[in-house]
Amino acid sequence: MYKYDDIDHALVRERVEQFRDQVARRLSGELTEEQFRPLRLMNGLYLQLNAYMLRVAIPYGVLSSGQMRTLAHLARAYDRGYGHFTTRQNIQYNWPKLEDVPDMLADLAAAEMHAIQTSGNCIRNVTADPFAGVADDEIEDPRIWAEIVRQWSSLHPEFSFLPRKFKIAVTGAATDRTAVRFHDIGLIMRRNWDGEVGFEVLVGGGMGRTPMIAKTIRKFLPKRDLLSYLEAILRIYNLMGRRDNKYKARIKILVHELGIDELGDLVEDEWARIKDGALLLPDAEIRRIEEQFRPPEYEDLPAEDTGVEALKFEDRDFARWVRANVAPHRRPGYAIVTLSLKPEGAPPGDVTADQMDAVAALAERFSLDELRATHEQNLVFPYVRQKDLPALWRQLQVLGLASPNVGLVGDIIACPGLDFCSLANARSIPVAERISMRFADLARQHDIGELRIKISGCINACGHHHVGHIGILGVDRKGEEYYQVTLGGAPGDDAAVGAIIGPALSSDDVVDAVETIVETYVALRREGEWFIDTYRRVGAEPFKARIYGGEVDAAA
Amino acid sequence: MPLLKGGTIVDDPWLTVAEDDPIPEAGAVIVGLKRWRAERERLILRDGPVGVRLTADQTPGELGDDLEFLDLVALEFPAFTDGRSYSNARRLRERFGFEGEVRAVGDVLRDQYLFLMRCGFDALEVRSGETAEAWAAATRAITTPMQPAAAGAAPAISLRERRAQG
Repeated sequence: MYKYDDIDHALVRERVEQFRDQVARRLSGELTEEQFRPLRLMNGLYLQLNAYMLRVAIPYGVLSSGQMRTLAHLARAYDRGYGHFTTRQNIQYNWPKLEDVPDMLADLAAAEMHAIQTSGNCIRNVTADPFAGVADDEIEDPRIWAEIVRQWSSLHPEFSFLPRKFKIAVTGAATDRTAVRFHDIGLIMRRNWDGEVGFEVLVGGGMGRTPMIAKTIRKFLPKRDLLSYLEAILRIYNLMGRRDNKYKARIKILVHELGIDELGDLVEDEWARIKDGALLLPDAEIRRIEEQFRPPEYEDLPAEDTGVEALKFEDRDFARWVRANVAPHRRPGYAIVTLSLKPEGAPPGDVTADQMDAVAALAERFSLDELRATHEQNLVFPYVRQKDLPALWRQLQVLGLASPNVGLVGDIIACPGLDFCSLANARSIPVAERISMRFADLARQHDIGELRIKISGCINACGHHHVGHIGILGVDRKGEEYYQVTLGGAPGDDAAVGAIIGPALSSDDVVDAVETIVETYVALRREGEWFIDTYRRVGAEPFKARIYGGEVDAAA
Repeated sequence: MPLLKGGTIVDDPWLTVAEDDPIPEAGAVIVGLKRWRAERERLILRDGPVGVRLTADQTPGELGDDLEFLDLVALEFPAFTDGRSYSNARRLRERFGFEGEVRAVGDVLRDQYLFLMRCGFDALEVRSGETAEAWAAATRAITTPMQPAAAGAAPAISLRERRAQG
């Protein structure tokens, strides 16, 4: 993974001191809260319902064991002993004190981490495929380019006061695991007819109150032109994006209002003027970064481990875990393991300091010192030898991180909701907990198969409900929590925005409705279909009918 | 209003002329884009340097070739959260090669001085009580920027390239 040089170190250290000064000026009253707000947000510090919340960047989701220990230390020393992994490959602490935040940042800087641009109307922490570098369907490692974007965007003088936040995601694989089409800019690595690798550039995706799927603005961009092209898009957006209404300020609205072709022309014109300037990436710099993402020294191992195969046969629980939580690796004899942060009946994404330390130790022993955070609020060990799977599984079971539910009903994404967030209309976490308890039977979960439930406590959609196969959105009805249900959303290559199936349901009814939807699917499915396939074949009607009554018009 | 320029607080030698006020015979004046367009010939021929003040939704491209007659362009910040003028400053410096004064006017925080300087601003109107030390400290807060821009220290990319070449 990327190691800071003296320049990177100096930047994060100086940023801490800059922020320390800003906090001191806020505490002395020299800065008003209104003036301090954008400054603290730009460094990941929110004021929530109960306290400040610090969001720490995990750039493109990559963490070393040492960095994980630093995150554990922060949870213990400055918070209430836990942290919350978010849908943006970040981690949040819900209870820090303002005067402690500069010291937290100094501890992070010492571990080559920061909270730069995890909030605010600036270029946010860049995200990437959590299986980067190890996926068996990858054209090229997107971490190289995510790191280049991270550096370029850090404290960018021109783009720190944009109309609204700006999110960039990079993927290099055939299967999209980043929700790349729901970012302000999505970068998909592609090979052109000449065999050269570059980027397809998409723009204008997003969720929130106006969900939109990103459109292609350039089919192929050579790699060394990446930064100048991004700068051209950002400049046009900075100048032309709407500032009169924060709900219309994202670049997706500009794409919608101008049309992708006109925006494309403006960007190409700007780009033509800057593309051969100082942003043209020198080959030596690309190589310097590439060097740091070189594959590790793998052992020569048999493609299939006989011990693992035997245990799968003997132990149903292990077999389930392998089926749901273990993905194929590009290197024979290795596996990619997902640690589920969704134990039955607990808040999705929460991890205690002790769990973090234990996970760090396991990553040292089983995953070459490295782990990843995913936008689905789980953790990934990217370098596990297949023969170590049984031992790792047993250790994870002890820690409560072996729920065999990745991609299944229990693997729910949820935002912090009204329990923590000042924007929320309704609670998300208790709904997630109740759904996961309703489907606690693992045999049933595995029978149901792939089904992604996503819950947001308000229209800002941090819980990605628009792209849930089943999406749940919390709304406020005269002071009472209600939940609107959508069906058919999808975050990946088959990107789709879910459609509302009917009137919002009470907190009691929504869990029943989810179960009804699942039962309807199970009754209608054909051989080999997952939920989303059945839904696409039969449409919303049978589900509506079962929930809201009326004639069942099943196409089965 | 005090002016921060060249790292010190100075008296502003420029007079900003409001839309309907008469333009003095001599001396340095700043006018709006509309006034510039209406009285361009007279302003060019008059005795004294001229500057134009652009609102955040007016781009330097609207001045085009007229930039060669101007010694100053002032860019407005209607709110410190409105970042359009950063892009306009960079276009002035980098696309149009403007070498005169680029001045920030309006709502700007000390915490933005570094961004202003790097985008090519070399002067700003400040609240009274602001000090030259604040500018110096703010613009030196980050030694090596991570990206090239219009001005400031050499960015990380060039330092690393130089090192790689030995």
